[in-house]
Amino acid sequence: MKILAFAEQRDSRLKKTSYEVVRTAKMIGDQLSAECAALLVGDGVSAIAAELGEYGVSRVIVVEDARLGRYSTTAYAKIVADIMRQENADILFLPASALGKDLSPRVSVKLEAGLATDCVALRVDQGDIVATRPVYAGKGLVDVRVKSPIKIFSLRPNVFPAGSPSPQRCVAEKKNIALADGDFGSTVTEIKSSKGKKDVAEADIIVSGGRGLRGPENFAMIEELASALNGAVGASRAVVDAGWRPHSEQVGQTGKTVAPSLYIAVGISGAVQHLAGMSSSKIIVAINKDKDAPIFSVADYGIVGDAFEIIPALTKELRTFKEQ
Amino acid sequence: MKILVFVNHVPDTETKVKVSADGKSLDNAGVNFMLSPYDEYAVEEGLRLKEKFSGEVVAVSLGGDAHKEALRKALAMGCDKGVLLKDSSVRDSFAVARGLADYAQGFSPDVILCGKQSIDFDDAQIGGLVAEMLGMPSVSVVVKLEIQDGMLTAEREIEGGHEVVRATLPAVVTAQKGLNQPRYPSLKGIMDAKRKAIEEIVPSPVEPKIEIVGMKKPAPKAPGRIIGTDASAVGELVRLLHEEAKVI
Ligand SMILES: Cc1cc2nc3c(=O)[nH]c(=O)nc-3n(C[C@H](O)[C@H](O)[C@H](O)COP(=O)(O)OP(=O)(O)OC[C@H]3O[C@@H](n4cnc5c(N)ncnc54)[C@H](O)[C@@H]3O)c2cc1C
Ligand SMILES: Nc1ncnc2c1ncn2[C@@H]1O[C@H](COP(=O)(O)O)[C@@H](O)[C@H]1O
Repeated sequence: MKILAFAEQRDSRLKKTSYEVVRTAKMIGDQLSAECAALLVGDGVSAIAAELGEYGVSRVIVVEDARLGRYSTTAYAKIVADIMRQENADILFLPASALGKDLSPRVSVKLEAGLATDCVALRVDQGDIVATRPVYAGKGLVDVRVKSPIKIFSLRPNVFPAGSPSPQRCVAEKKNIALADGDFGSTVTEIKSSKGKKDVAEADIIVSGGRGLRGPENFAMIEELASALNGAVGASRAVVDAGWRPHSEQVGQTGKTVAPSLYIAVGISGAVQHLAGMSSSKIIVAINKDKDAPIFSVADYGIVGDAFEIIPALTKELRTFKEQ
Repeated sequence: MKILVFVNHVPDTETKVKVSADGKSLDNAGVNFMLSPYDEYAVEEGLRLKEKFSGEVVAVSLGGDAHKEALRKALAMGCDKGVLLKDSSVRDSFAVARGLADYAQGFSPDVILCGKQSIDFDDAQIGGLVAEMLGMPSVSVVVKLEIQDGMLTAEREIEGGHEVVRATLPAVVTAQKGLNQPRYPSLKGIMDAKRKAIEEIVPSPVEPKIEIVGMKKPAPKAPGRIIGTDASAVGELVRLLHEEAKVI
């Protein structure tokens, strides 16, 4: 049996979720007595291949091409499927990131492989993988088995431990996949990054604000708290719909599902649709002046009180704490 | 321009999950259903493309009779025709995609629009699956779409920003919130929708690739602690986050 772990990089920097995927592939591989390798695709990426070795794989397959510096759904799908076939691999792991979610269904069709997306747990049962994935925005969990000969699992970022890196011998093996112009049915022509802003989907700490903040101008206080924690700003739908915050910050059933280590909800009531997107966060703090607000039912720590008083004080306290 | 929009009929967002007796599926008792929210953006975008380029917008749903509700909503918003690929069995995404792709093949669309994900199983697969089955490019999680001279330019949401993607038509686009502001069906739209016929087609059966072995609810969180009622609690909060929770 053989497992491939697709490692995502951007601008030749590996994403944290790639380490999680590689480590998980290795752990599951050990349980299945399967061989395990990582796959790295891009332009000039062989230099970072060794880094993947530190998370448990001894072999990294590298596919490089000047046209692959930016993501192309169609070309990447062809490469991943071709390598899976060449390697006779049975299982593919990839991150359930924006790229992984875009790529995995296409590879699934090319390989006639069943795909379980956004898995939050994996276990081996009688030589087969059982994957747990959230449904109904996390209000339910299903255990699934993939029945096709080739199986694909995408793993929710921030959920599986990457472990700490340890140096080990790892070979990078370059492979050539011939790509015709026709393989680039879609190409990324530009990346518009929200400069300096952390994205809720990737942040380890999120401070979210809701309608309790009364107006867009008061989000300055949320931004300051987030910056004191080196975290990202999130928002409830109420404030996104009101135009106070961009929809990219919306957390919840029709926004982003997040699982940071710390989620602070300020002036957010905790409607089911909001809870759906954040209740799997490791630690939740709620600050709300209504003691009966449903957000407190999922919070580990709560302060019942006025955000306008508490948030500036908390920011100040954290700054002092960080200085020590 | 020939536009296909895929619409799904899903439990609404207020749904309290209760697992049915088989231990594998949602107990539908008392559950209200709705057009999956992202599909509304897809329908709206389809209608806007038609307004710009003329042509027709056909809404397609695969499922049992209840899916006609989703189709009616799409028709009420302004779609020209509804097609029900009638199959009330439980299909995995691959099998749903196969049914939708088979229909699309005969329709020869210029653009296929669907939601970025259904809010039932949150699979986020159909767009990519159908596109690959049809050999078309696909762009997912799109918040901005422009079409010109047989090419599309789309902005898709990625971590920390947007990617601008160019792709050839025909193509599949999956809609994300922000793509547009969906219209409310007008009274006339709702009346017209009742008269518009919904074509029914029985899709070929497809072997599932995914087996659901069980469904459960996540373990409830242990009750938390209220540590104060004003700004004087922040010192304690920081201490707990550091010493007990170890997250800062
Ligand atoms: C189909 C659908 C999808 C949805 N998807 C989402 C989604 O993805 N994400 C989402 O968030 N919502 C979603 N919603 C909306 C959701 O139902 C709620 O309406 C929304 O989350 C409420 O936002 P809020 O908590 O900011 O506002 P409110 O519910 O108005 O809560 C404001 C809170 O602020 C508190 N407050 C007021 N003043 C202060 C103060 N000075 N200090 C401290 N606290 C204060 C109040 O006590 C109150 O609890 C969806 C709804 C539907 C129907
Ligand atoms: N049964 C279905 N019938 C029609 N369209 C569907 C169906 N299931 C999913 N879709 C479409 O595919 C999108 C993504 O769904 P999914 O991949 O199931 O998360 C949805 O937003 C719909 O547009």
